[in-house]
Amino acid sequence: MTETTHDTVTSPERVDSTEYAARTPELAQPYRELGLAEDEYQRIRRILGRRPTEAELAMYSVMWSEHCSYKSSKVHLRYFGETTTEEMRARMLAGIGENAGVIDIGDGWAVTFKVESHNHPSYVEPHQGAATGVGGIVRDIMAMGARPVAVADPLRFGPAEAADTARVLPGVVEGIGGYGNCLGLPNIGGEVVFDESYARNPLVNAMCVGVLKSDELQLAHASGTGNKIVLFGARTGLDGIGGVSVLASESFSGDETGSGRKKLPSVQVGDPFTEKVLIECCLELYRSGLVVGVQDLGGAGLSCATSELASAGDGGMWIDLDAVPLRAEGMTPAEILSSESQERMCAVVRPCDVEAFMEVCRKWDVTATVIGEVTDDENLRVDWRGERVVDVPPRTVADEGPVYQRPVRRPAEQDRLVADDPGTLARPGDAGELRETLLRMAASPNLCSREWVTSQYDHYVRGNTVLAQPSDGGVLRIDEQSGRGIAVATDCNARYTRLDPYQGARLALAEAYRNVSVTGSKPVAVTNCLNFGSAEDPGVMWQFQQAVRGLADGAAELGIPVTGGNVSFYNQTGGDPILPTPVVGVLGVIDDVARRIPTGIGAAPGEALLLLGETHDEFGGSEWSRVVHGHLGGTPPRVDLSREKLLGEILALGARDGLVSAAHDLSEGGLAQGLVEMALIGETGARVVLPEDADPFVWLFSESAGRAVVSVPRGEELRFTELCSARGLPCTKIGVVDTESRSLDIQGVGELPLTELRRAWEGTLPALFG
Amino acid sequence: MSAAGASIGVITFPGSLDDGDARRAVRRAGATPVALWHADADLHGVDAVIVPGGFSYGDYLRCGAIAKFAPVMTEVLRAAEHGMPVLGVCNGFQVLCEAGLLPGALTRNAGLHYVCRDQWLRAENTTSTWTTRYEPGAELLIPVKHGEGRYVAEESTLDELEGEGRVLFRYVEDNPNGSSRDIAGVTDARGRVAGLMPHPEHAIDPLTGPTDDGLGMFLSALDTLVPA
Repeated sequence: MTETTHDTVTSPERVDSTEYAARTPELAQPYRELGLAEDEYQRIRRILGRRPTEAELAMYSVMWSEHCSYKSSKVHLRYFGETTTEEMRARMLAGIGENAGVIDIGDGWAVTFKVESHNHPSYVEPHQGAATGVGGIVRDIMAMGARPVAVADPLRFGPAEAADTARVLPGVVEGIGGYGNCLGLPNIGGEVVFDESYARNPLVNAMCVGVLKSDELQLAHASGTGNKIVLFGARTGLDGIGGVSVLASESFSGDETGSGRKKLPSVQVGDPFTEKVLIECCLELYRSGLVVGVQDLGGAGLSCATSELASAGDGGMWIDLDAVPLRAEGMTPAEILSSESQERMCAVVRPCDVEAFMEVCRKWDVTATVIGEVTDDENLRVDWRGERVVDVPPRTVADEGPVYQRPVRRPAEQDRLVADDPGTLARPGDAGELRETLLRMAASPNLCSREWVTSQYDHYVRGNTVLAQPSDGGVLRIDEQSGRGIAVATDCNARYTRLDPYQGARLALAEAYRNVSVTGSKPVAVTNCLNFGSAEDPGVMWQFQQAVRGLADGAAELGIPVTGGNVSFYNQTGGDPILPTPVVGVLGVIDDVARRIPTGIGAAPGEALLLLGETHDEFGGSEWSRVVHGHLGGTPPRVDLSREKLLGEILALGARDGLVSAAHDLSEGGLAQGLVEMALIGETGARVVLPEDADPFVWLFSESAGRAVVSVPRGEELRFTELCSARGLPCTKIGVVDTESRSLDIQGVGELPLTELRRAWEGTLPALFG
Repeated sequence: MSAAGASIGVITFPGSLDDGDARRAVRRAGATPVALWHADADLHGVDAVIVPGGFSYGDYLRCGAIAKFAPVMTEVLRAAEHGMPVLGVCNGFQVLCEAGLLPGALTRNAGLHYVCRDQWLRAENTTSTWTTRYEPGAELLIPVKHGEGRYVAEESTLDELEGEGRVLFRYVEDNPNGSSRDIAGVTDARGRVAGLMPHPEHAIDPLTGPTDDGLGMFLSALDTLVPA
């Protein structure tokens, strides 16, 4: 902790009340240590007409942080709203600004989904950081009135063979599994990507999907004068207080054991059992109609929950901090308000329902306490030990924080990067070299099997998982009677985004869209988690601005809304930012999950293999250029979203009419990787013959967008190819599935026994991580 | 009395996860599932009981160690003594071992990781209440998903189990947790109480599981409850 010269006011003898603050305007306050800029601090003083109390200062500093206020991204994120048409909004029941976007999927069902980052905590403490990331996103979904039904985790780490990756990755995976598995939520998707740029800045993003009846939506607002504010779930302790600890007096004795203040880690500690019980308790409260408004407690804890509830409501709010159940002694008001103790929720309850609310909480053995009420004035007021420690207009805390127009500048080096064309790289010449390249690629960390990771996640629980990893998208049954279901996928090739952030974001959208499409589902909505370097680096802000525009324009072109998102800046160690990583999540709907398309071949006797889409010589940012040449340069593959849309429509029709028995999106690693995975997942061989005029290297390894491989039962081949030609989708027959064969036989490359492919594909991660 | 007339209770502890799945499996087998709450010392007149998978009470002490003291378990123990069929799956198996209805214990997987995967099993005992629908030696593909599923017992106990034919299922190909003698599930001396780590309730429909190989366990029990 840096040395500070400020005075700590609150002590056992004295409370820094609003009244005391008004009398001591000159008292030095540690606003810098709390991350507030001079002008931000002055603005708080102007709002309040006096200096803030310690509790107020803690509240403003955490709510005006980048993480909570989106102060650097807000001006760019508006573009999402500006590009969303009324038609795109038609299915949206709630969008950006709520805890999570909600989409009507038909038959009275609605789905909510969101991705959040927990990057930095997961680097400091991989297990708890990742676990509490899952816990936080699950509570976000609960705050919409939804039952969480699935999770998925897009992850990025430093080089697979780096020593620190061996510390971070197993911890993160164990944290996600340990927490998610205990909640009884199937993990149905996600990503694992390795790149040098994440070496000291892993990305741990967590997605949660929730389901509700469309008339059950709970919105986070506190309305109705006299309604009670109930805090329920875990007790409030000293964990996750972070920067606010500069306000703690060293003279305090009180801690979690009773003898001298323990310096608790700034990463919060999760308890999945408490969260599981909290989920069931919340759902019973919703079902019983006992909740007027609800908000989860995540980052910024009570500061955030109370100011956001009050800000979104129609009145003020009064909170009695002495009523908050604590698990540490001697906590100051600032600490109670800032604590990020996990597994807590805050509800607004009608006075007449409080007893019934408490009864449900007792059934689930969940601690619940009335800590305040909705008032008929405008301010958020907080009392502690009989004195007023907070008296602020809630909107100034929650919604009217600072907004910055950070400098944006395309980095000069970008031209050099784009000019460094991969066309000059040496390519494999003969069959032997192609074969060797294929095996080397299949075993490379970014293309190899993720089973070492995904087998540590429960994907069966709840009994509705129809597709999960290693499928391109996860598919979940929502309605057991009708078979209605949803699909989700998350994607981002950050190497593409590095070369061209605008096109890279569109490519990420295209891939997630395609990954939903190949399951036979129709994409309906988009969410995102935008992971970037420092907002104070104009080059990073250029990447950010371009990526937001690319994603928003792309969504508009596809006609599906961006329903929400999350921004994580400052992902860099020293001067080197991470690759710009706008993770895109797409949600799809499928009328009957029995019609879903699996990934593995061999399900139907006698199948033809068809390549949909066009293959061009496109290697900028490709996995081949990385694995073989350690190269990143040139331009990423072209993206044609109308083609993606057409591909999606053909796949949906094919699924509906039973014309397609397997489908796999082509992306990193190209056709070769796609074929390897379809054969290994289906445990079935195939014979592949590329067109005569095809350059086998380009056809096998190019990463051209808008492509998928499908297997089509022989009897349906004509019908399917006619469907493609009628709709103008290029379709090339590239081989046949051979259920008798135990190898993938590619003309011009050779015969690759499945056992050899499996050794290459499955051996890498267990060899690295045990 | 028809199959639909038979009712099978499924216990929910705080932290139970696969209770809904067990109820679905009961329904699919043609019986009526009845939700039993841990704090109620009442079996609501059910004909059999399933203790499902999950992390009962958070499993912070030892898997299943607290659950055995639940009021509903007192009733289950009494009913089992009178011959009521009881099935424990995963955490439920751990609970039945802790409660003394089944011998042995489940410890941390040999590989130390939680494992979720489709697992081949061989049916060894096909005369217990829960396994009559299987052919002896039949191989079944059923998911496992656990971090503490390594079955251990005294050598003498293991010998006794083998000698009396009380090993219900054994892992084939690759043992996922290092359990003694590849044991995946066992039964009590009367063949009425069964416990196993794999999840038959997640193999009742090829749409949502690897196979429907698990359905046989529920159908077997119904055959006993509803004599043909």
